[in-house]
Amino acid sequence: MTTVARSLSNKEPLLEVKNLRVEFPTRRGTLLAVDDVSFDIAPGEVLGVVGESGAGKSLTGNAIIGLLEPPGRIAGGEIRLEGRRIDNLPYEQMRKIRGARIGAIFQDPLTSLNPLYSVGRQLVETIQTHLPMSAADARKRAIDLLKEVGIPGAEHRIDHYPHQFSGGMRQRVVIALALCAGPRLIVADEPTTALDVSIQAQIIALLKRLCRDHGTAVMLVTHDMGVIAETADRVAVMYAGRIVEIGPVHNVIKHANHPYTRGLMGSIPSLGHRSERLIQIDGSMPRLTEIPRGCAFNPRCSERGRRCLVERPDLIPAGLGWAACWLHDVAGVGPAATKELADA
Amino acid sequence: MPDGSTLRSFVRIEGLKRHFDVSAPWLVRKLEGRSRQLVQAVDGIDIDIAKGETFSLVGESGCGKSTVARLVVGLYPPTAGRIEFDGQDMAGRRVRSESAALRRRLQMIFQDPYASLNPRWRVFDIIAEPIRAFGLATSKADLEKQVGDLLRQVRLTPADGRKFPHEFSGGQRQRISIARALASRPEFLVCDEPTSALDVSVQAQILNLMMDLQRRFGLTYLFISHNLAVVYHISTRVGVMYLGRLVEQAPTDTLFRRPKHPYTRMLLDTIPDLEMTGRQRTPVAGEVPSPLDPPSGCSFHPRCPFANDRCKAERPRSLPIEGGAVACHAIEEGRLAIEDRDYRPAP
Repeated sequence: MTTVARSLSNKEPLLEVKNLRVEFPTRRGTLLAVDDVSFDIAPGEVLGVVGESGAGKSLTGNAIIGLLEPPGRIAGGEIRLEGRRIDNLPYEQMRKIRGARIGAIFQDPLTSLNPLYSVGRQLVETIQTHLPMSAADARKRAIDLLKEVGIPGAEHRIDHYPHQFSGGMRQRVVIALALCAGPRLIVADEPTTALDVSIQAQIIALLKRLCRDHGTAVMLVTHDMGVIAETADRVAVMYAGRIVEIGPVHNVIKHANHPYTRGLMGSIPSLGHRSERLIQIDGSMPRLTEIPRGCAFNPRCSERGRRCLVERPDLIPAGLGWAACWLHDVAGVGPAATKELADA
Repeated sequence: MPDGSTLRSFVRIEGLKRHFDVSAPWLVRKLEGRSRQLVQAVDGIDIDIAKGETFSLVGESGCGKSTVARLVVGLYPPTAGRIEFDGQDMAGRRVRSESAALRRRLQMIFQDPYASLNPRWRVFDIIAEPIRAFGLATSKADLEKQVGDLLRQVRLTPADGRKFPHEFSGGQRQRISIARALASRPEFLVCDEPTSALDVSVQAQILNLMMDLQRRFGLTYLFISHNLAVVYHISTRVGVMYLGRLVEQAPTDTLFRRPKHPYTRMLLDTIPDLEMTGRQRTPVAGEVPSPLDPPSGCSFHPRCPFANDRCKAERPRSLPIEGGAVACHAIEEGRLAIEDRDYRPAP
């Protein structure tokens, strides 16, 4: 794949992911869970990554922070942070980058905190691991961070344990932990999924403010289009391990270029209009063992052509973004495709 | 109840309460001088559901909506209050055969399609169980025909009956639980968050299927959900719960176009909606208080911008308004104006 979906600004990208492949060797052969994924994120930008479960969005995020669970492994491509390759670093070096340059926020705030240590101790430990600070200074920074993420009475709350916080407050602590060393990039994997809607709005407002104040870039992985619509600058839609569409968030939502994105948007119940039936995409996403030939979406696609059955589309410029769909191949059927069609 | 006189209610819930005892063990209480502790999970609610309609309960986690679902199907006995189903008191003493006849007519669909199907049973047996339990099949061939029909109704094939649950995706499993719920030919289905474990494209399939089945069999639904957009699409009427109480109920359009209770307004403000990409959600301060120690008076007063001294002291009664009912002093006194809302996308 030659196209790299560029960020909106012309700034040097903070994170570049090129032709990333993540695979899982199994007894029945190797499964390709992330297949040739390329994108970049500019400083201060929020890139939303959406998709249904199993689309490979979390694996892409985990590959970037270097936390792929074995036997999963990066099988190809490269990841660059501020121009430096980070996908092939030894474990110890990656550990230093993670936390210092890249912060991570996970879905469940209860499991990402250690229940046996007070939140202050966890914050101080993280700060001292990445920054040369005395214990007293680190504690002061920890209190400032807790204040910044909106925990009332931070001086007093710092000595409390995770179970003494509510779900929303715990997620704030996790965000404070991710911010400890002033990272340039935050990978947030479903940060609001475990929270109630009223708390969700608070956490999203917080993430946006922090991003603006610190110029931190965010990769926001979620299945919730509503969260993306309010938070992200650009959005990448994933399906069966590939990016099928990427572009400015407003365009992807209002004028989706890929039939899958259109179906996905239509199936989300909205308050704007009420209809007898919701738009539905029949069937479900293929398992990794059964990805069809050609475009992976073709069995469920209402606009499928002959070419979609045999040849897999790469990202093609479409509207203000890119879509991996032959409908946008204005140049028409290339020689390679015609040959395949003749063979088929 | 405003609608009670005009509609003949099919399911009637009156003053329903359920308290859970979460006290420490007796000895610990005596040694440490602690008192009993009760969680008032459901604290006096009244609902009337007419035949063929979908009544939805919404609220945040811990508001007691799932407890109501379990009380209605009889998985928990109520602490106080009564539940009437088609004119019969569910709690009334009766002989075994009568109560079985009543139970056949109401079924439940659960949230997690991974946990609610027995992994060791084949799909055929899972769906056949209610038919066998209520003796609804005349012969083995009849049983097979019924299960095959049920599988087809939920857009699966009779051949799927030979498989085990793990061979299906989340959406397909939820179809199997719907088929099982329909097996005893019920009239009333209690659906506790049936789509919240599913992806959006699959959620749309299941919601469409549920609406199709409702039209076809004239089913009545009690639908529990935290997702207001889903509720908007599927419901005839909606009740909003907060800390074990019903703060507002109204026909769906009225609730969404002219919400009255400050909590309902807050919930509507927090829905992420694709139509309003430019809009900022108004984050609401505060969180749901612990049901162990609910606030005095109106339980929403600590988070309510319109609360005054009366709200802190006196629990508001539910009063009829515009075809629904609302429990709020500010609305009752006219301190809080009712405004129309528009969800159409900004040009």
